[in-house]
Amino acid sequence: MSHAEPVTTGAPLLRVSDLKVHFPIHDGVLIRRRSGSVKAVDGVSFEVRKGETLGLVGESGCGKSTTGMAILRMTPLTGGRIEFEGQDISGLGARKMRPLRQRLQMVYQDPYGSLNPRMKVGDIVGEPLVIHGVTGTQDAYRARIQELLRLVGLRPDMAERYPHEFSGGQRQRISIARAVALNPSLVLCDEPVSALDVSIQAQVVNLFQELQERLGLSYLFIAHDLAVVRHVSHRIAVMYLGRIVEIAPRDMLYREPLHPYTRGLLAAVPLPDPLAERTRVHEEITGEPPSVVNPPSGCHFHPRCPMAMPICAQRAPELTAIGNARSVACHLHGAAPALDGQAAA
Amino acid sequence: MHSPVLEVKNLAVEFGSGAGRVRAVDDVSFDVRPGETLAIVGESGSGKSVTALSLLRLVPTPPGRICAGEILFHGEDLLKASEASIRSIRGNRIAMIFQEPMSSLNPALTVGLQIAEPLQLHGKLTWAKAFERARELLGKVRIPDAARRVNAHPHQFSGGMRQRAMIAMALACKPNLIIADEPTTALDVTVQAQILSLLKNLTKETNAALILITHDLGVVARYADRVCVMYAGRVVESGSAQDIYANPQHPYTLGLMASIPRLDQEAGQRLTPIDGQPPDLAALPKGCAFEPRCRFAMARCRRERPALESQGGRHYRACFADVSC
Repeated sequence: MSHAEPVTTGAPLLRVSDLKVHFPIHDGVLIRRRSGSVKAVDGVSFEVRKGETLGLVGESGCGKSTTGMAILRMTPLTGGRIEFEGQDISGLGARKMRPLRQRLQMVYQDPYGSLNPRMKVGDIVGEPLVIHGVTGTQDAYRARIQELLRLVGLRPDMAERYPHEFSGGQRQRISIARAVALNPSLVLCDEPVSALDVSIQAQVVNLFQELQERLGLSYLFIAHDLAVVRHVSHRIAVMYLGRIVEIAPRDMLYREPLHPYTRGLLAAVPLPDPLAERTRVHEEITGEPPSVVNPPSGCHFHPRCPMAMPICAQRAPELTAIGNARSVACHLHGAAPALDGQAAA
Repeated sequence: MHSPVLEVKNLAVEFGSGAGRVRAVDDVSFDVRPGETLAIVGESGSGKSVTALSLLRLVPTPPGRICAGEILFHGEDLLKASEASIRSIRGNRIAMIFQEPMSSLNPALTVGLQIAEPLQLHGKLTWAKAFERARELLGKVRIPDAARRVNAHPHQFSGGMRQRAMIAMALACKPNLIIADEPTTALDVTVQAQILSLLKNLTKETNAALILITHDLGVVARYADRVCVMYAGRVVESGSAQDIYANPQHPYTLGLMASIPRLDQEAGQRLTPIDGQPPDLAALPKGCAFEPRCRFAMARCRRERPALESQGGRHYRACFADVSC
């Protein structure tokens, strides 16, 4: 079965504009004073449309998880605006966010840490229904839990068991059942398969795709594994040190990455094919991601960039639309839209 | 062809005792030759890391116990060697690199001191000479500004730099064999590529053998010459990297290949996962451990455990089924 194209009509489900999340750094032992800030997320903008999966990739420390936390309103914003289902949620506190959480759910990386070991699986899956007061009758509640377990490929009788009786993959299924219990429109997934074994990853990835088709879900899929992200996403945003450097439809991004970082990232992924690997030119990105506390001037990527020009150290490139589907933040692709003939793509 | 640096024969490792006894490694055999990279691939619980630890007799005992087999290093059985002679081999002729460099480096000592230590111990160098060599080695693993960094402590290094320092330490005594257990799993993908290329080039330079323990089939394809695939404590398939990838013969290997999303294929196809759950080592079936998840399983697979048999040349598998259909 092929991965269906999303229905992309109407307003975006989620619109993030110029999102900033800065964390203060304090100095001193007795007298604490603010000495700077970590710009974990620094001016990030993107949209997630209905029925779509937007992949958010980047290396550790790039701000992809913080972006997710900010959207869930679990970390204070420094600036920017988040609109969910047409409503501005950037200023909402915990109480005002609560009704919206029915529509905006999450699945975390660690299937061990995110399930309460003292609760039965049925209670875990049913808890969102209880919290939001939508349990209905006892029978309806029980039937809904069984339906949810079946939906994620677990047996209804497993509701009576505890999380420790399940393997990592099964636990992630439980987390997913809990996330979809209230019929959300958007599910935020933060590295949902990276803790799982290779043979189990595929089961969970397929489950995400099945649920998207059956329930019309949208996903913001945060991960570092470029092959998994390509597999599940319709569009992909690449982050580097708090900023989006490129955002494009899946095939466009993987076939012709425009940003040198995207290119290097893709080249660094080894292919599971020894013959192809032997003939492949390995363009390595040199160096390591710099510290977020003290990022390089201009384009954050310029010290590692094989194509860096003098301007890259001076001025940060804006995320600029190239054609109507993709955007890139790179001085190579800024002012001259027809640079290498890809603008019309 | 050179004779093997290391030859492992019928290795078995158990943990626990009595009813709770678990066989983590069962009847594992392989060899590795000078200049060759052997990858041991498997998922968690497959026994790949325990195999690596047992090569240097580092399995914590108790609860662990190497209960059978031979580990022949240049023909000498390490399992029969005295504690003193094992110590003269560890870090000297066989070196090991672990996944988490922060927990294998001593946080209280400078990086230079830790690289110099094996040189002073095994190489019988004076401390001054050993430090000089440590500085050279840090340069060799491409740590910028090595002369100054040699006096830094591990916490002042990034994850990638720590793993470079671990490689410098491993290479210090010019070992004949390096065992790297998931050396880049904790690192970002761009840094992973740098570290593995470095490790591969440096081992090639000294003609050392490299055993690479990993779960990443891409890493195996890029760096390994030969591959052992492990499942539930046993080797289920082994052969050259080309053979294993072009012509996988064990249903588990086939399943792994089909279940990973690949950058070199059209996107959008559904993955074909391996059904079922990972095996429980405490309750393995009598027959083949993969049988409950295998789409080729037959009645015989439930009764008997298949042995590793040659498929022609050095391509081996442990399976009764015909997987060509």
